[in-house]
Amino acid sequence: MTDMQETVVFQRPETLEDTYTNYCPGCTHGTIHRLIAEVIDELGIRERTIGVAPVGCSVFIYNYQNVDFAVAAHGRAPAMATGIKRVQPDKVVFTYQGDGDLAAIGTNEILHAASRGENITVIFVNNATYGMTGGQMAPTTLPGQKTTSSPSGRDVEIQGWPMRVAELLAPLPGVSYSVRRSIHDPRHINNAKKAIRTAFRAQLDGMGLALVEILSACPTNWHLTPVAALEWLAKHMLPYYPVGDYKISEGLQ
Amino acid sequence: MTKQLWKGNEAVAEAAIRAGCEAYFGYPITPQTELLEYMSWRMPQVGRVFLQAESEVGAINMVYGAACAGRRVMSSSSSPGVSLMMEGLSYIAASDVPAVLVNVMRGGPGLGNIHPAQSDYFQAVKFGGHGDYHPIVLAPASVQEAIELTALSFDLAEKYRHVVIEVLDGSIGQMMEPAEMPEMQPVRLERPAWALTGATERPKNVISSIRIDSEGLEAHNLHLQDKLAHIRGCEVRYKEYWLDDADLVLVAYGTAGRIALSAIRQARAEGLRVGLLRPVTLYPFPTERLARLAKQAQAFLVVEMSAGQMLEDVRLAVEGRAPVRFYGRMGGAVPMPDEIFEVVRGLCYALRPPKPSGNGHHPARRPQPEDPGPQGAD
Repeated sequence: MTDMQETVVFQRPETLEDTYTNYCPGCTHGTIHRLIAEVIDELGIRERTIGVAPVGCSVFIYNYQNVDFAVAAHGRAPAMATGIKRVQPDKVVFTYQGDGDLAAIGTNEILHAASRGENITVIFVNNATYGMTGGQMAPTTLPGQKTTSSPSGRDVEIQGWPMRVAELLAPLPGVSYSVRRSIHDPRHINNAKKAIRTAFRAQLDGMGLALVEILSACPTNWHLTPVAALEWLAKHMLPYYPVGDYKISEGLQ
Repeated sequence: MTKQLWKGNEAVAEAAIRAGCEAYFGYPITPQTELLEYMSWRMPQVGRVFLQAESEVGAINMVYGAACAGRRVMSSSSSPGVSLMMEGLSYIAASDVPAVLVNVMRGGPGLGNIHPAQSDYFQAVKFGGHGDYHPIVLAPASVQEAIELTALSFDLAEKYRHVVIEVLDGSIGQMMEPAEMPEMQPVRLERPAWALTGATERPKNVISSIRIDSEGLEAHNLHLQDKLAHIRGCEVRYKEYWLDDADLVLVAYGTAGRIALSAIRQARAEGLRVGLLRPVTLYPFPTERLARLAKQAQAFLVVEMSAGQMLEDVRLAVEGRAPVRFYGRMGGAVPMPDEIFEVVRGLCYALRPPKPSGNGHHPARRPQPEDPGPQGAD
């Protein structure tokens, strides 16, 4: 007779709350929340981490993460995170921001936090639309993409071009890490987690602002099924928003 | 400690540091800039945080963040910059975190000019941001009083977990006066239980201004209103001068209050029964004191460096029991004591026409009480 041994191979991270979700079916915010929670657990920083939530669908991220949280005004999370981090540099501070929050109303705050080299981690979720208000055109909406405020499709002659944030911030000396990842399949999810981990490590090593842009699906506002939304992401978003490393400072390799 | 010559803006900065201010975030704007400049060398010197923000929007949200971390934190700006901070102040007020803002007011609207004004009264006391709230608003009339009210601002902000705005008009920010600075207070090391310091051996703390259900948000609003009612009951501060026998009561704050006092001294020398109520807190406003005065005085004169903003609060307090007149200058113009004196004399003679005497029409002079100096609740 042999001794039976059970090994836990998968469980809810301590940083992830055991609760119901407000996100739509097929929304990938939940996946990203979990990746962050796993990384915080693995780095053993839960008890000294402070998150800053955006305005948008993920305003309620504080319900899902078991860390201290502040909810910023729309776009102001990097400024608020600056205030939190500057008075307690021993803490780990991250913002979680959508594309409307970071790339439209909050461009001033993210650009200057990056320029100053604020020692914070930024998780930037790009789903090419304003989710919470019901699918309007975002700064990241693709050319030709139909939304409730670009009903004929985004016309770049009138509405301009979508913004590539990871590429935009990478050249700033204050930025230690700027990469784009996606979560439309398991391989990309694993790579996204590695990038989130690196972005937190950059902060722990005091290297400056670290940003991970993550391409994310919004089936509800894209009017697609969850599976079709992931396929749409891969087919339409990846060509304009290539997954890649735009800045990796020495020492983070 | 002996008196030293202090510039208003720098005095406020040093007073904040001595009151234990741990972090300052600001943006340059005249006529407040010396405050930011002073902080830029003095805060690092004492091992505290100074950061020049990218905008007033950035600055107030950095203040919001540091306040959430349970730190004594402040910003300062001037009128157009304070307009940009209104969003942040609404969030701070909604979140029950303490923060101090100094507004060195200049002429508006728009870019206006850099001269002293009091035209941000409505924005400060009637809440310029969205939603139901009032900041606590303090208004010094001298550099010495600015020093004292700066320390008080931090105490009140923490006592009520609320926004405190100290409004200096540009002249108090820019003028130099002898003033006495209090001793340096130690920085408080203990953090409030609600502060975002990391969930070590305690459940997580969340600071948010979102309450998605109407019942929850109404309950929170009732809590905020209760807090304001308590503030109105406990924190009214004002100074009064020669009110015992006053037919005419002047109401003026800050620099206008100080100039009004000069005009009143002139009027008293001429035998006119005139006194001054100078609000030190603009919110809460000395409504009850004015209501009592309305039973005694025959008329009120409000003097402001604006088109007449506090005027409305005086009228609300007087409730029609006496006429309330107004004298104001705008656009950075500061009234001279003589201008106010002429208005005061005209009103006093209208109330008590001078009796004709044998050699002409000079007013009957009465013996006058001594200058009593400031009195009143503070």
